[in-house]
Amino acid sequence: MSLGWTVLSGFILAAIAPFIHKFTKNATGWLLSLLPLGIAFYLFTTYFAPVTSGETFVATIPWFADLGANLTFYLDGLSLMFALLISVFGFFIIIYAGGYLKGDPHLGRFYLYLIMFMASMLGVVLASNLIGLFIFWELTSISSFFLIGYKYKYLSARKAAQQALLITGLGGLALLAGFILIGLGTGTFELTEILQNPEALKTLPAFPAILIFLILGAFTKSAQWPFHVWLPNAMEAPTPVSAYLHSATMVKAGIYLLARFSPLMEGVAAWQITLTSIGAITALMAAILALKASDLKQILAYSTLIALGTLTLLIGSGTEAAFKAAMVFLLAHSLYKGALFMAAGAIDHEAGTRDIRELGGLIGKMPITFFAVLLAGISMAGLPPAFGFIGKELSYKALLYGENIFVLAALLTNMGLFAASIVVIAKPFFGKFKAAKDKVHEAPLSLFFGPVVLATSSIVFGFFPGFLDKLMTAAQKSLLGVQHAGKDVHLHLFPETFSDPAFILSMITFAVGAVIFLLWRPVFNGLNAIAPRLDIGPARWYLWALEDLERFAKWQTRRIQTGNLRNDIRYSFIFTFALVAYALYRSKLSFTVDFSGLMIYDFIVFFLMLGGAFAAVRANTRLSAITALGAVGFSVALVFIVYAAPDLAITQFMIETLVVIIIALVIVRLPSFHLHERANVGGRWRDAIIAGVAGLCITLTMLVVLQQPLNTNLSEYFAAESVPHGKGHNIVNVILVDFRGVDTMGEISVLAIAAMGVYALLKFGRKEPEDELDLADKSGDELGEKLGEK
Amino acid sequence: MILNSIILQTATRILIALLLLLSIWLMIRGHNLPGGGFIGGLVGACACALYTISYGVKKAREALRLEPRIMIGLGLTLAFLSGLISLFLGDPFLTGQWIKIYIFGTLVKIGSPMFFDIGVYFVVIGVTLAMIFALEELEFDYQPSSEADK
Repeated sequence: MSLGWTVLSGFILAAIAPFIHKFTKNATGWLLSLLPLGIAFYLFTTYFAPVTSGETFVATIPWFADLGANLTFYLDGLSLMFALLISVFGFFIIIYAGGYLKGDPHLGRFYLYLIMFMASMLGVVLASNLIGLFIFWELTSISSFFLIGYKYKYLSARKAAQQALLITGLGGLALLAGFILIGLGTGTFELTEILQNPEALKTLPAFPAILIFLILGAFTKSAQWPFHVWLPNAMEAPTPVSAYLHSATMVKAGIYLLARFSPLMEGVAAWQITLTSIGAITALMAAILALKASDLKQILAYSTLIALGTLTLLIGSGTEAAFKAAMVFLLAHSLYKGALFMAAGAIDHEAGTRDIRELGGLIGKMPITFFAVLLAGISMAGLPPAFGFIGKELSYKALLYGENIFVLAALLTNMGLFAASIVVIAKPFFGKFKAAKDKVHEAPLSLFFGPVVLATSSIVFGFFPGFLDKLMTAAQKSLLGVQHAGKDVHLHLFPETFSDPAFILSMITFAVGAVIFLLWRPVFNGLNAIAPRLDIGPARWYLWALEDLERFAKWQTRRIQTGNLRNDIRYSFIFTFALVAYALYRSKLSFTVDFSGLMIYDFIVFFLMLGGAFAAVRANTRLSAITALGAVGFSVALVFIVYAAPDLAITQFMIETLVVIIIALVIVRLPSFHLHERANVGGRWRDAIIAGVAGLCITLTMLVVLQQPLNTNLSEYFAAESVPHGKGHNIVNVILVDFRGVDTMGEISVLAIAAMGVYALLKFGRKEPEDELDLADKSGDELGEKLGEK
Repeated sequence: MILNSIILQTATRILIALLLLLSIWLMIRGHNLPGGGFIGGLVGACACALYTISYGVKKAREALRLEPRIMIGLGLTLAFLSGLISLFLGDPFLTGQWIKIYIFGTLVKIGSPMFFDIGVYFVVIGVTLAMIFALEELEFDYQPSSEADK
């Protein structure tokens, strides 16, 4: 239960965060950060020792128990590591956000999104029920959407938010499909049960589909090629968001998913081949793109892609060594990347730009920030004595067991990553002083607190990796699954011998990486020169898909929804009755027509109706047409009376009356029938045919339906139970207000919504469209002014 | 649209009272005999529509005193609250709850479905009148200028 509250408490705090912010102003960040700190503390004190000694925990909050969807939470080594990461980072990021967005008018809302994200992310890594996991997964996508689009006045921010939502949302749908297939196939939605029995999953006939859906979900979220395009664009978000969501936590949700399912995928070749190859492609591509960027955040975004690709590659390799490397590298990456992003934000904040070509010599002005960047950068470069070095060594070691091609890919990737790391350390801080602002000074405490602590820990864990042995062992066991014992992890900074192949690979990496760094300028210029000619990748595909979809939507809206009511009705009728006719054709159409037992008043009603319909068609004015239709309606009410349904009859009378009144109110404002409409013989014939077919279909349907034996179970039940249960003799009314009260509740709500719609259309619908439509084409500043005016 | 007919206005004054009484009567007896909140509401709406046509929307609004939109909200709230009663008594949402009381020695059964029905009654009147009033107040005259209307 308390495990559940570590997740749910975040949602509660998120909801009240904007109100808290109104009172606490600049102190809000420090105050709100207490929750993630408390969660981290709670997780550490309560669960760290038992989980690292092999225990797991399950907590259940009943939800839709009948549907197998409960809020079940599960804590093992993997989820503990992620949960600690998320809460500890949440603590630093919330403090940082308070300083970074100080004075921002929407800061309260920002806290709401940020904390909502944190809670959802905790939910993703702690959920045991797949449906619960999916919901938290989607919540992270949605909060990411809001956070990327936080500066909504800028077109680029809106586009980036849309892109991230579309791509991760698409993956989320795939994931849901996969989860449902798993649930239907294995009979349970509980991860704990599914993990117990890998064979049950692997032998499902739908397993190939499950595999594809899971991979799609993980790859879109963790920005693997070709879905990576959204991640660099997501840097439009304020820096705290980039640091938290788009490097340390959310993008790792896909990695988490892959890791979570990895014990189930042991020996599945398709899984391994896809993960390793796409992971390698992603990492290599990102290493090249990282050298093409000059914006600090872009460089960091691409290096995040490198990490995500490497992690996918390692998890796909499927060996114990690879799992160990993946977990160590994941932690190392989160530490240094979080620190670097926050430091990049601090530089942007103080120096006014993030473009490394316009920065230089900040070392004297921002020594503390430099200290953080230096330590974190060393870790990112994979240099000893940083924790990142251990991660890189382990990945080399793990990959050396496998295919040579992946070793080569990792080698090339790490060279690029090394060069990029040195660029990030050196360019802004050394050389001649350059900045967009004249006076540059050190960032405030809230901005360097997080980076310094995280960067320092990157080094501390490098010197004393033994602290993490237990956590890493527990996490690695989650990836191996229950069937394997797995050796305990013992991390060392340096290998036992320096002739270790992994160590030699590292040396090569440093040497070539250093050369690339020295040649950074020509490499940068060269890559940027050829980039436009190579603009045929996934970023293009996305644009094409989006534009074509829009074009198609516009085309079909223009064709079908012309805004002309008669056209709309015509199309609705054609489609509806085409379907009805098809269903009738399929039902073999057997019926008998029986006129016996008809009384004289049946015929009277029949002719009244027929006369009304005929008069409506031949009417010269709208008013007479409506009146004639009213006659048809009243005749229907007569039918109800004849067949002893007084409630229906009264309703029909009232409705007919009101319809005539309402239409009469509309008609006085409409033009009279135009002559050409009556003269348009072809059009009238077409309408007559449509109407005739519709009538014929209804008639035939009724005849076919009457052939079926009448199932009286329900009516007998209602008749018998109406008085004892519903305390009423009018069965119709008892059904409405008691037996099916929820239906009625829904219906009156729909009525209310319809009334609001009509009201809004009539009262506010006549305004000329001013700026809503071309909102998308305005630049941010212009739009900002416009929004400001309102 | 005001028909400004003295005959209609005079008749309306008597008819509206009868129609409103009828609508309430239909609603109350609905649980045992033909009628109910929906039908009663429709009759009530017809009564108000008649008044609107005879006297105009301004007078109708004055006579109604309550904005139709607020009536919708009240009706929905009442229906919803009547469903909550059973939740507090441990039954599922909207389960009918009944008590028997004696008023002047007559046995009267009062139940949550009655309040639900009253909620429906107000929603139906509110919805219909919201539409009719909005249509009546439409400040828009047809101008046969645009291409689509020809």
